Amino acid sequence: MHPLRQFVHVLRKDMLHGWRSRSRFMAVLSFGVTTLLLFSFASGPDTTYLRVNAAGYLWLALLLMSTLSLAESFRVEMQNAALEGLLLLPTSPAAVYYGKAVGNLVVLGTLGVMLIPPMVVLYDAPLTLGIGKLVLTILLGAAGLCAPGTLYAGMSARARGKDVLLPLLLFPLVVPALLSAVKATSLVLGGDPMGQVGSWLGLLTAFNAIYWSLCGLLFGRVVED
Amino acid sequence: MRRVAWEHYVGVLGLLLLLVGTWMGLAWAPADRHMGEVQRILYVHVPAAWVAMLAFTLVFVGAIGWLWRGTWHWDALVEAGTEVGVVMGCLLIALGSIWARPTWGVWWDWDPRLTTAAVMVLSFSALMALRGFVDDPEKRATWTAVAAIVAYVDVPIVYFSVRWWRSLHQLQSSSGTMDSSMVTVLNLMFLAFTLVTVWFLARRYRIARARLSAEMEEAA
Repeated sequence: MHPLRQFVHVLRKDMLHGWRSRSRFMAVLSFGVTTLLLFSFASGPDTTYLRVNAAGYLWLALLLMSTLSLAESFRVEMQNAALEGLLLLPTSPAAVYYGKAVGNLVVLGTLGVMLIPPMVVLYDAPLTLGIGKLVLTILLGAAGLCAPGTLYAGMSARARGKDVLLPLLLFPLVVPALLSAVKATSLVLGGDPMGQVGSWLGLLTAFNAIYWSLCGLLFGRVVED
Repeated sequence: MRRVAWEHYVGVLGLLLLLVGTWMGLAWAPADRHMGEVQRILYVHVPAAWVAMLAFTLVFVGAIGWLWRGTWHWDALVEAGTEVGVVMGCLLIALGSIWARPTWGVWWDWDPRLTTAAVMVLSFSALMALRGFVDDPEKRATWTAVAAIVAYVDVPIVYFSVRWWRSLHQLQSSSGTMDSSMVTVLNLMFLAFTLVTVWFLARRYRIARARLSAEMEEAA
């Protein structure tokens, strides 16, 4: 079977599983909204302050949500040795990786887009450069979290202390992606008089290009037995 | 008579040079015209940065070696380099912080080199945790190697992104901008730190090999 078809089958399987466990998706979304709400309690009711920090709070919420959704994507593979079964089929590990990583991106990207309304309401954040650019930034940032996140979720799901291991490995690594995403989102929300948003999105794209290639190459070694 | 391992000679020489270098740095070399006495921390701070980077580079080399050849000495190198690198990285950050307080007025600043060092130390500390959480030696070696490569590639990206974000760290000193006596002390300290790090690495490598052998025997 052509690797592209293998990828489509893995993605389809993950999407189907995601659709059938929609309640889990809704639980992660509620967790994200609760986190946004808690950030406002932590920093006080000053609207100006909340508006300035809206981008940072949005990305911290997404980062915390990402550990839940990434871990879930491999938790289901651990039941009844589903991952072993998947790898015993004539599929390349790269197709499995890209199928799962794109599946995670669809889930996390959708969660990120769904966080926009509560963010606008809670922090009174303006969408100065328009919703299109904000969605693009969220998708690029989510891709930056999903590329190494899928690789690490594949490891941590089969290790002891899986709950602590995934954030421990992932959080320091995604600092450049998080930083670029926060800066780009902040400029999209508050306006970009110096024309800097393109540079931050460029950095985010470069991070994605490096990690989507590198992790795809290395994933085979992580799942081999 | 029991043979003394070669690394002990290297280590003792390193410690002696460290003592001589410390004395020269504190008493022999002149104080900096602008920063005064606080500049003397440079003689330990910069070599600490060098040896931390050296250790992490060895981890990267060991990781590629393990994935490519699959021989255990590469995994032992990864284990030794990670621990020594994290220790030296923590020393680097602590020394940088002590220097930053009187110079910048704060213990910490979001400067590219400082932030990169912190992210680097955290990433490699996570590798140590990963090793602790995996029992199967082969899986442990492969997963650590993969995570080490991913973490090492991240270092220049973190540096670049934080440099864009904000910059305060003073420009790197070079032999052209420093008094020749300062350069002498710095070079001596570079050598001393390198020798001590080689000593640590070699000892930690032997421990890793011994532990691996014990694990293999237990499994057999």
